[in-house]
Amino acid sequence: MFNKVNPTRLLVIILILALGAAFFDYDPLWTKFFHFREWRLGLDLAGGTVLTYNIDLSKVRAQDQTSVINGLRDVIEKRVNLFGVSEPKVYTEEEGGEHRLIVELSGVKDVGAAISEIGATPFLDFREVKEVTTTTSTQSTSTLEFIPTELNGRYIIGAQTSFNSVTNKPQVDLEFNSEGAKIFQDLTAKNIGKPLAIFLDNQLIEMPIVQEEISGGKAQITGNFTLADVQKMVERFNAGALPAPITLVDQRTVDSVFGANVLNQAILAGVIGFIAVAVFMILFYKRLGIYAVVALIIYALFSLAIFKLVPVTMSLAGIAGFILSVGMAVDANILVFERTKEELKLGLSYKTAIEEGFKRAWTSIRDSNTSTLITSFVLYYFTSSFVRGFALTLGIGVLISLFSSITTTRTLLRVFESRRDIVKN
Amino acid sequence: MSFLNVIQYRKIYLSIAASFVILSWIAILVFGLKPGIDLSGGTEWQITFQNSNVSSQQVENTLALNGLNEFTVLNFGGGTFLIRSNQINAANHQKYFNALKDKLGDLREDNFSNIGPAVSKELAHKAFIAILLVLLGISLYIAYAFRKVSRPVSSWKYGMATLVSLVHDVSVTTGFLAILGKWRGVLIDTNSIVALLVVMGFSVHDTIVVFDRIRENLYKRRGKQINLKEVIEYSVKETFRRSVNTSFTLILVLVALLIFGPFSLFYFVLTMLVGTFFGTYSSIFIASPLLYLKYKEQ
Repeated sequence: MFNKVNPTRLLVIILILALGAAFFDYDPLWTKFFHFREWRLGLDLAGGTVLTYNIDLSKVRAQDQTSVINGLRDVIEKRVNLFGVSEPKVYTEEEGGEHRLIVELSGVKDVGAAISEIGATPFLDFREVKEVTTTTSTQSTSTLEFIPTELNGRYIIGAQTSFNSVTNKPQVDLEFNSEGAKIFQDLTAKNIGKPLAIFLDNQLIEMPIVQEEISGGKAQITGNFTLADVQKMVERFNAGALPAPITLVDQRTVDSVFGANVLNQAILAGVIGFIAVAVFMILFYKRLGIYAVVALIIYALFSLAIFKLVPVTMSLAGIAGFILSVGMAVDANILVFERTKEELKLGLSYKTAIEEGFKRAWTSIRDSNTSTLITSFVLYYFTSSFVRGFALTLGIGVLISLFSSITTTRTLLRVFESRRDIVKN
Repeated sequence: MSFLNVIQYRKIYLSIAASFVILSWIAILVFGLKPGIDLSGGTEWQITFQNSNVSSQQVENTLALNGLNEFTVLNFGGGTFLIRSNQINAANHQKYFNALKDKLGDLREDNFSNIGPAVSKELAHKAFIAILLVLLGISLYIAYAFRKVSRPVSSWKYGMATLVSLVHDVSVTTGFLAILGKWRGVLIDTNSIVALLVVMGFSVHDTIVVFDRIRENLYKRRGKQINLKEVIEYSVKETFRRSVNTSFTLILVLVALLIFGPFSLFYFVLTMLVGTFFGTYSSIFIASPLLYLKYKEQ
C-alpha cells in the first residue's frame, strides 16, 4: 500500500491523522469543543436495564405484521419517554420467526415500576357475541361465545374523558382512524340489535347493545369506572394502546456504579497490558521495537476513533476484544522483524533486509489475519447482540492493525532507517 | 534446540496431545458442562451488601424463607454475592430484594439478568453452529491458501492438519472449562464460547506461520529431491521464536486483564490464557507432525 508515495509526506499525514484521532478519542477534551459523537457505552458499563418482550403476532394477518410491529414500537417508545430517561432505546428484532421488542433504559432507579408501566399499556379489542344454546334432555343452557374481530387498540387515534349524559358517570371517548372507523361501521352494521363486547387486557369490560350502524369512528367505553380509572385509561390510550400483546421474556439490570467500576478496571488492565507489550517489544527488538510501539500507539488511536465514528457501542466484551487486539496487533511486526533479522544474517544490507522482511512475511500475515477475520465474521453473523460488539471490535482491530503494522511501521522505517545505510557506507 | 525435532519426537508430542484430549473428554463427560443462564434460561443476580460480613448462609436462609427454591449463592467476598436460580419474575424480584434489605441491611443491586428459555435455546444453538463454521471456514481457507504447494503434500492436507489441531485446542479448552465448572462453579456461557473461538483463531495464526515457512522452503527446493522430515523440522526451528513471541504478547495482555481487569472477565480471560497456551503447543508440536503423518500415508 502507498508504495509510490514519498515516505516522509506519508508519515506526516499519518501523524496528523493520529493527532486528530487522539483529540477525537479523548472525550474530556473533545466535548469541550463539540457535542456530537461522544462515546457510547453499553448498558453493562453505563448501568441500566434491558427488557426483552416477545410480540404475539398470532392474531395479526401476515400483510399487517410490519405495520403492527412498527406501531407497537412507537407506542412503547411514547410510554418509555414518559419516564423521562435519557436516551431510551426501543427497537424490534426478528430471530427465528419470533418477533421481539427490546427496551433499553439507562438510569432507571425502580425497574419494577418501569416494567409494570410498560406492561400496563392497555390492550383493547372488540369482539362479536354469539349466544350458544346447549340443550340437554332436562333443560337448555345458553352460554356466550366471543368471536375476536379485527378492531383493536391499534386503530385508536385519540381518547378523552367525558361524562355520560344520562348517568353522569365518567366514560372514555375513543376516536378511531379512518381504517378503524370503517371496520367499526361494518361491525356495528352487522350486529344491529346484538351486543358487542369490549375487552381490555382480555377482561370483559362491557357489552353494549348496538342500536344502529355507527359511522364516523367514535365509540365510548362506559363500564363502571371511577374518574381516576377513566383518566388513567385515557392517558394510556393517548400514549397508545398496544396493537399486539407482549410478554416479558428477558431482563438485565446493571447498577451504574458497578458498571463504572468495571469500566475503570478494564481501562486500567488495557493500559497495563499495552505497557507490558511495549516494554517487551523494545527489550526484544531494540530500535525496531520502538517503531513497532509507535505504530501500536497509532493503531490504538485509529481503532478507537473508528469505533467512535461508526459508532460502536462499547460494551465490556467490546473493550475486552480491543485489548486482546493490542496483543495481536504487534504480531505482524514480530513476523516482519524476525524475517528482517534472518535476511540480515544472509548478508543483506539493512535497508534491503527490512524491505525483504516486509515482503516475505506478508503471506503469513495475510493468511493469519484472514483466519481471524473469518472468526469475526462468523461471530458477527451467527450470534446475538452481546457477542457482536466483541466481533466488531476484533474485526475492525484486525484491519487497522494490518494498516498500522505494515504501512505505518514501514513508513517509519523508511523515513528514519534509510539514513543508516548511508551513514554506514 | 533438539526438542524442536518435532518429527523425530512426533510420537511423544502427539501422545502428550492425545492424552490431554482424552483427559479433557473424560473431564467433560464426568463433570459435565453446566450451561450459564444465557444458554439455559434462568436468573443471575449479583448484589453487594454494605455490611461486608454477611455470609452466604444468611443470604440463602433469607431467600429460602421468602419462597425461592432451587438456587445457589456464590460469595465473591466483600459483601458481594451471585445468586443463580430459575427465572425470577419482576414481582418476586422486588419481594426478595426487600426481604434481603430488611434482614441483612442496605444493599446495591449490581446486576440482574433474567433470561427466558426461548432466547437462551436459540443462543446455544447459534453458538454451536458458530464453532462448527469457524472450524470449517478456517480449514477450508488454509486448504485454499496453500493450493500452490500440492507437492509433496496436497494442500487440503494442510487444512486437515489445521482442523485436527483446532479440535485439540477446542477439546482441551472445553475440558478446562469442565474442570473450572466442577471446581469453581463456572458455567458455560456466551463468554466461554467467544473465548473458544478466539483461541481457535489465534492458534491458527501460529500454525500458519509454520506452514507458511514449510511452503516457502518447499518452494525453494522445487525440482530437487525433497526430504519432508528435514524441511518440516527446519521450518519449525526457523519460526519457533516468532511463534512463541506472538503468543507471548497476547499472554501479556491476557495476564494484565486477569490481574487488573474486572472480575466478570476473570474466567473468560483465564480460559483464553489456557487456550492460548495449548493453541501454541498444537501449532508447533501437533500441526506439523500431523502433516508428516498425512504425507507418510500416501
